[in-house]
Amino acid sequence: MIRIALLVARKDLRIEMHSRVLTWQVLPFGVMALLLCGLALGPTAAGHSHAAPGLFYIVITLMVLLMINRSTAIESNRGTRSSVATLGLDPSGVFLGKAAALVVEMWLASAVLLVGTVLFLHVDRAKTLSALPSIAVVVVALSLAGTLYGALTSSNSGSATLLPILALPAFAPLLIAGERAYSAVAYGGNLKVWWGLLLVSTVAYLILGILLYAVMEES
Amino acid sequence: MRDSVHLLDAVVVANGFPLISGTTLSIEQGTVTVIKGANGAGKTSLLQLIGGLVPLSHGEGVVAGIDLSRQNRREVRRRVGWLGHEGSFYEDLTVAENLAFACAAMSVNPLEIPQVLERVDLLHRIDTRAKDLSAGQRRRVGIAWLLLRRPEIWLMDEPYASIDAQGRAFLEEVIGDASRAGATVLVSSHDEIDLGKQKYRTITMAGGRVVRST
Repeated sequence: MIRIALLVARKDLRIEMHSRVLTWQVLPFGVMALLLCGLALGPTAAGHSHAAPGLFYIVITLMVLLMINRSTAIESNRGTRSSVATLGLDPSGVFLGKAAALVVEMWLASAVLLVGTVLFLHVDRAKTLSALPSIAVVVVALSLAGTLYGALTSSNSGSATLLPILALPAFAPLLIAGERAYSAVAYGGNLKVWWGLLLVSTVAYLILGILLYAVMEES
Repeated sequence: MRDSVHLLDAVVVANGFPLISGTTLSIEQGTVTVIKGANGAGKTSLLQLIGGLVPLSHGEGVVAGIDLSRQNRREVRRRVGWLGHEGSFYEDLTVAENLAFACAAMSVNPLEIPQVLERVDLLHRIDTRAKDLSAGQRRRVGIAWLLLRRPEIWLMDEPYASIDAQGRAFLEEVIGDASRAGATVLVSSHDEIDLGKQKYRTITMAGGRVVRST
């Protein structure tokens, strides 16, 4: 399973290196969205608002959805699907590999967006750095859940629109916990309970993905 | 010689529509079979059923000694090779990267890649991305993969579509070599095809059934 996961993750990252969809399409979209959030708040309010963590996670969610669609699209060509199916890859390994590639891509995207949060939404730099561990875990959980829902919607012709409808309810607890954890670090509050929710959700999506990905793929 | 493929009243239903509607068929190991029929006759669906790519809804099916009705489709897939007319593998990876991925997935020796690419006349495009290749060259990447893997059963879906006379001759040579090496080859085509000196059987499909076998 781990061998297949590493193989699939390397393949997806190599495809991203060649196609640069994250670099030239998704990341600029995210930075623009964050800039617009800053402009909407206004220069004075942005520095005093506690909305920054929520806005950061809204933009991350939109970017994750775009990247999940991209991740499933590279497998969806009919010829590719049939050829790769005859490789008989372990579905759990494929799930872990695709999720791992998405995690790496979204960690890089999050780092750029956090710089944007400091610049456009005027969140304290040191406090933002303190929020990094929780953000890293939220990205892992979103990638795991997103890969699972991506497989669920990939065979549907309207997958691009179906994915957010199905995935957002599953993302909601992760986003709330992530936003609360970031806010707790930036503006004070209880951190423990949100960390607990994040870790439990991450482990739950990891187990669900390993167990259910084969069913999603076959369906 | 034992049967490589045996179907008895096989039915495949997708979205309530029968793609294969009661097909009975036996194909001996090491033979070449050409599946003819108009568009929508069920040629691709039959290949997909044999390759474990679509589930058997009713009837019986045994491929390479594996019972299709017992949820063993993943095991069947590992025994077959697929060459589609839509192109194979990942468009944003180079020829070498695509083949290296497939080799790693199936534990095939990647050192044979240059040798096989030379045989399919693609060594000069080894670092070209699949999406930048012509339709005929993409087909050759798929053939290169089959030559590396040497599967028991070769499933070729419309392999002659949009390739030139030289490509057809090469394909015939490859099919002949595979059959002589003991592989079972199934080729679908809606056009008349001539495999030259190669002995082959022709089955004709219509409405998801085999209507003629010669």
